[in-house]
Amino acid sequence: MRRLLLVALLAPASVSAQAAFDRSNPPALASAPKLVLPTVRVARLSNGITLQLVEQREVPLVQVALTITGGARLDGAAPGIATFMARMLTESAGARDVNALQSELAFLGATLSSSASFDAFTVSLNVPKRSLGAALDLMADVVQRPVFSAADVRRQRDLRVASILQRRDQPNAVASLAFNSLLFPAGHPYHRSTDGDSASAAQLDSASLRNFYARAMQPARAKFVIVGDISAAEAITLLGARFGNWTATTAPAPIAIPPATPVTNSAVNIFLVDKPGAAQSVIRIGSPGVSRRSPDYAALVVMNTILGGSFSSRLNANLRETKGYTYGIGSSFNWAPVPGAFNIGSSVRTDVTDSSLAEVFKEMRTIRDTPVDAAELSRAKSYVALAVPGDFETNADIAGQLLEVGLFGLPLSSVSEFITRVNAVTAADVQRVARRYLPTSTATVVVVGDLAKVRAGIEALKLGHITVMDAAVISR
Amino acid sequence: MTFRHFLASCACALAPALSGAQATRVSVPYTLDTLPNGLTLIIHEDHSVPIVTTNVWYHVGSGDEKMGRTGFAHLFEHLMFMGSEHAPNPQFDRLLEAAGANNNGSTTEDRTNYFESGPSTSLPLMLWLEADRMGWLLSGMDGPKVDLQRDVVKNERRQSYENQPYGMVGDIQPPLMYPAGHPYSWTVIGSMADLSAASVDDVKEFFRKYYAPNNATIVVAGDVNTADVRAMVRKYFGEIPRGPAIERPTPAAFATRDTVATLEDRVQLPRLYLNWHTVKSVDADAAALQIAGYILAGARTSRLTQALVYRGEIATSVNAYSDAKRLDGDFQVTATARPGRALDTLQTVIDAELQRIVVEPPTARELEQARNVIEAAFLRGIQTVGGKADQLNEYYYQTGNPDGFQKDLDALRAVTAADIQRVVRKYLHGARVMISVVPQGKRELAATKKVAQ
Repeated sequence: MRRLLLVALLAPASVSAQAAFDRSNPPALASAPKLVLPTVRVARLSNGITLQLVEQREVPLVQVALTITGGARLDGAAPGIATFMARMLTESAGARDVNALQSELAFLGATLSSSASFDAFTVSLNVPKRSLGAALDLMADVVQRPVFSAADVRRQRDLRVASILQRRDQPNAVASLAFNSLLFPAGHPYHRSTDGDSASAAQLDSASLRNFYARAMQPARAKFVIVGDISAAEAITLLGARFGNWTATTAPAPIAIPPATPVTNSAVNIFLVDKPGAAQSVIRIGSPGVSRRSPDYAALVVMNTILGGSFSSRLNANLRETKGYTYGIGSSFNWAPVPGAFNIGSSVRTDVTDSSLAEVFKEMRTIRDTPVDAAELSRAKSYVALAVPGDFETNADIAGQLLEVGLFGLPLSSVSEFITRVNAVTAADVQRVARRYLPTSTATVVVVGDLAKVRAGIEALKLGHITVMDAAVISR
Repeated sequence: MTFRHFLASCACALAPALSGAQATRVSVPYTLDTLPNGLTLIIHEDHSVPIVTTNVWYHVGSGDEKMGRTGFAHLFEHLMFMGSEHAPNPQFDRLLEAAGANNNGSTTEDRTNYFESGPSTSLPLMLWLEADRMGWLLSGMDGPKVDLQRDVVKNERRQSYENQPYGMVGDIQPPLMYPAGHPYSWTVIGSMADLSAASVDDVKEFFRKYYAPNNATIVVAGDVNTADVRAMVRKYFGEIPRGPAIERPTPAAFATRDTVATLEDRVQLPRLYLNWHTVKSVDADAAALQIAGYILAGARTSRLTQALVYRGEIATSVNAYSDAKRLDGDFQVTATARPGRALDTLQTVIDAELQRIVVEPPTARELEQARNVIEAAFLRGIQTVGGKADQLNEYYYQTGNPDGFQKDLDALRAVTAADIQRVVRKYLHGARVMISVVPQGKRELAATKKVAQ
């Protein structure tokens, strides 16, 4: 008895359980929780601007995002003006110069940012609830009453010219600029960087910004997403008082979608950019992508997850975890209203640049030629579908999800439908979309590296036609 | 996100901003206990979203490496994902992905962390995998695994240092800042030569010494039940034996040498790096240094930003931040010159601003902005269970108390203008390490002046 008691004292019951526990197999898991979408309330201001509101009371913070369709698509003859205008909104606005405005925002503990993508302008406010009204006053100034003073514009223009100059230093930036300029012809919205080039940046001035602002910042194309510690009634009152009378100074002209026909290669085209002494080669391999509205969307997401969209993906398992060529390699489709690129990207060791290209093409061929096995397919589907609830964690996450689906004119319920579609993808679907969309014989390839060391090996692969490009021209 | 019980105690209509008397309260409720084998377990329930995160800290970092093996702690971190006895490679990633979960790890000078995040139902798998590599890593460890991850890490070094503009500053800075042999005198990524030298025997020795339950803490945070988690962690980790006690010697005190260095790089614009020694993360001056960083360069209205970028128009950007670690801290100011500007000009302006703050203390307004912005950023940073879990581990490691959130906020709010003046005088007026990165062949653009004593 004493001995037993002693054992019991030293080793509580859980230890006996441990002795019997067999750890040779992974634990069986209960079914993952189903996605429960937040409730979205919709309202309209008197001038027609739509509000989408999600009440989240746990944290006394509010996220307010305003999006206006347009963005860099409206650049026209002034490449870079949309992103520059967005940047200038948060300099001087209303009665405040940049110092007074930024000082007041900081005093309120608010962050207010403004940006432009190819497709839209976004002004985002994140603020403690108690400072919401005061911060919305500033947001209203920024959106409706930007100053674009000559001194502010000249200073920021000079800084932009300097940052465009610095792109030359960054092999990843050079590779992406080259890739997009090759895949999308002149006139296509994705042909050039949303920041423009040094020549277009040098032209930016107050007058051009005011004209562009009047044309681009149209309340008729605006929409609010509000997530956080606020009711629909409060939101309507607060935003109505500040944005309900916002009217355009210029009637909205229809957004002309530039011709968006990407380049279709008849063979693989390789473009080399010399960076003498480079420690690695930066590579991009891809093709024009697919519309998110495509019925193949879910199958493409699953196929990409298997190919290069997860750590266990074939590209990463091969080039990183088997061969040690790289710190990482991935593939992605750029889902945007005008279909973006399909892109495989990595930085690889200089002496295996040719082998890396060969392995990437081999992986593209394999997923086209051979059906994926059941375990790999199931893993990819679960990885995509089960991760969705985690995309709704913070106020900013929820707002981001609403903005994302909104960009494609879809309701939030499309997220649930996406999960259903992912779960229905078959091995045949994966093979079908791989065959249809992976550019094994038509890819555009960009390599930024030490050409004296990598060129001969790439030529020996006989993948396709080789052209050498000048980094200074690409990042001009 | 939430369940953080963080409430604003007052919302004054006339003075909506924060002020010291109406400080935000923030608390992250947790339970802490220690298994018989020394493993510390911290649990935080947050039921707002059906996800869970596990966050394991091993109290070992690059500062614990032997001479000739720099970079080893981080290389070892990579090897922790290469399979263990019951979950051979590549099961670790495959099983987690099949459960809808993500994972990663990171290494600093002081610690190595490993974390998973996924649906709340995936917790048993996360714990089983973490326990397996804590207890049963070595059975499958061999030369090819070490060789492979050695290559991967060397590629990581090339990508983050050699092939990055200004990247090599990170390589030369530590040995200029710290005397030879100090745990912070080499980089976390390590040298290529030392990475080449790492062997399977090194892996075994390092694992047996540092990867024991008594040198680890695990945080489980999210949509979980505390009692269930306690039982599960005991089930999976309970039989892993305690390891030897670890001695981590305190490095000897040293005096900073005022140092001027120049590095040529393939860059268009020259950039100045100024680094001063400061204090450990637990030091009372850490909060004032953090606020000083904001007042100097945290916003468009900050002093250095105004003097260099807005009024002076001689720099494209300037940053300042305080990095207080376990054994020591440093304060760094970096500024990139506008085209055509030399770094001596920037250095002169920075020094003048560091002197001016002693004559013209931060105004009440400057201070309040800094506090409010830092506080708001702090709160946004702990909106996620992943952010909270890592912070609980950090506080526990630094102070022995996982819920250091309120104390940290209180310390930030208590900083006065006099504190800022004092820490600037004490830490940022003396000897420093100054590095100029200039375009190749343009050494004349480098800053040259030593600190006037």
